[in-house]
Amino acid sequence: MSAETKSDPENSLSNLDLEAPERPHLDSNELIINMGPQHPATHGVLRIILRLDGERVLGTECVIGYLHRGVEKIGENRTYAMFNHYVDRMDYVAAVSNGLGYCQAVEKLMNVEAPPRANYIRVILTELNRLASHQLWLGTHALDIGAMTPLFYTFRDREEILKIFEKYCGARLTTHAFRIGGCLYETYAGFEKEVKNYLKYLAPHIDEYEELLTGNRIWLERTKKVGVISGADCIALGVTGPVLRASGVKWDVRKAQPYANYSDFDFEIPTGENGDTFDRYLVRMAEMRQSLRIIEQAVNGIPEGPIMAKVPKVIKPPVGEIYHSIESPKGELGYFIVSDGSTQPYRVRVRPPSFVNLQALDRMVRGMMVADVVAIIGTIDIVLGEVDR
Amino acid sequence: MVDRYKGRYGSALEPQSYLGQNYFTVDRSLIPDVLQLLRDEDQFDYCVDITAVHYPKREKQFDVLWNLYSYARNERVRVKTQIADGESLPTVVPIWATANWLEREVYDMFGIKFDGHPDLKRILLPDGWKGHPLRKDYGILQQDQEWVQINLGIESGQ
Repeated sequence: MSAETKSDPENSLSNLDLEAPERPHLDSNELIINMGPQHPATHGVLRIILRLDGERVLGTECVIGYLHRGVEKIGENRTYAMFNHYVDRMDYVAAVSNGLGYCQAVEKLMNVEAPPRANYIRVILTELNRLASHQLWLGTHALDIGAMTPLFYTFRDREEILKIFEKYCGARLTTHAFRIGGCLYETYAGFEKEVKNYLKYLAPHIDEYEELLTGNRIWLERTKKVGVISGADCIALGVTGPVLRASGVKWDVRKAQPYANYSDFDFEIPTGENGDTFDRYLVRMAEMRQSLRIIEQAVNGIPEGPIMAKVPKVIKPPVGEIYHSIESPKGELGYFIVSDGSTQPYRVRVRPPSFVNLQALDRMVRGMMVADVVAIIGTIDIVLGEVDR
Repeated sequence: MVDRYKGRYGSALEPQSYLGQNYFTVDRSLIPDVLQLLRDEDQFDYCVDITAVHYPKREKQFDVLWNLYSYARNERVRVKTQIADGESLPTVVPIWATANWLEREVYDMFGIKFDGHPDLKRILLPDGWKGHPLRKDYGILQQDQEWVQINLGIESGQ
């Protein structure tokens, strides 16, 4: 962190003096400091300008765009199939979800439906990816707060998921696992057994993560009543995903508007009550257990049959527009695609959950301490590749 | 619901549907009234997204879209309007707080201004950047070379 003078004309701080909360008793001068863009706790390159009174945060301003690559512009200049790779590079810790949303949006636009077997494979991989994303979140979030052990545990277990991805499609992170119309690859020999073994392996390990943290006094002190946001505020700010659910709103795209055979599976939507960092942690832990349930049902019920629908070699959806959204590990990930009947999308809009959720940071950190800012950035679970696109 | 809106606004509002998704094409003058009404009377309390599409050959070059969702009804609707280059729109930040960053992104990428926005400035690109990249006349390799030379100290960003 470096100190910055208030009169710096480079930084417009007009957002910072809105509705400052009542002055706490600390008798110190106001201070503007810069957190990031190169800061280990910002999970990428995020710069936050903090207005402080002593240790207390009076307001923030996020400066984003450091990773802006113009993904939407690239989409307009590539064919539908070519753009499929690029979406993996937005939320790179949940690449499978990104690919699923995009493929399904184009399928909807073409009026094509993926065969049931493809949908089951999609659900298994997407839920494995949700587990991997939550594991990475837990490890780094706990590390930010000062608990180092969970990082080693979660990365040990996440590795096994990445090995399954690698065996399935050859890539670990930016998987490009699905194609428009279904899946390109059939499952490898022993896939189902490996996934089942992993479920058996992970279930006690989730308990192990919880043993480290849920009753840990330091963890409780650092997360309870930190970054509280109400359900109504979440809705007004468009926040989705575990952050919304931890504030007591029981809403999940997988249940509300099911896609890819999610309606076949029996699972619950975990919610919290207080909307604080601790509840968001509990919600994500419960979600991991629900993912295990979904994967188990999917592996046991996986039907035989083709994995690819009849899709022409050259993809040319009819003129029209479509919005399709899925529940990514971060929240509602939507694609709005406009087709002009050619081989390239006329416009691709990505509705990124990280970008919209990050906007709630200001609401959550006001009145908190500087050290809590780190905890709150972690609890929103942003990926800057998706925020900036 | 559609009949009610049609009855109230007549020809200024055109309800349409494509692939089972509903949208209203409305006259610019109805923004933000129709959006306010959708939230207040029909519980579209979640503004999913605001975005735009550029059609350079049209007289009114831009389509601006508000993508809404109602938790109570579990329904989605899009509101769409056309505006000319240089024309501005009223902000919807007082209706949905989430519109703040979404409108800033539309401004950044298309150069569409929103009247009454509390802090309308670029969000993804640097403040001094020239041009709006998601306009169709902005080339995919195009960059603000002057900005790159001054701020990054290199000859070209390519």
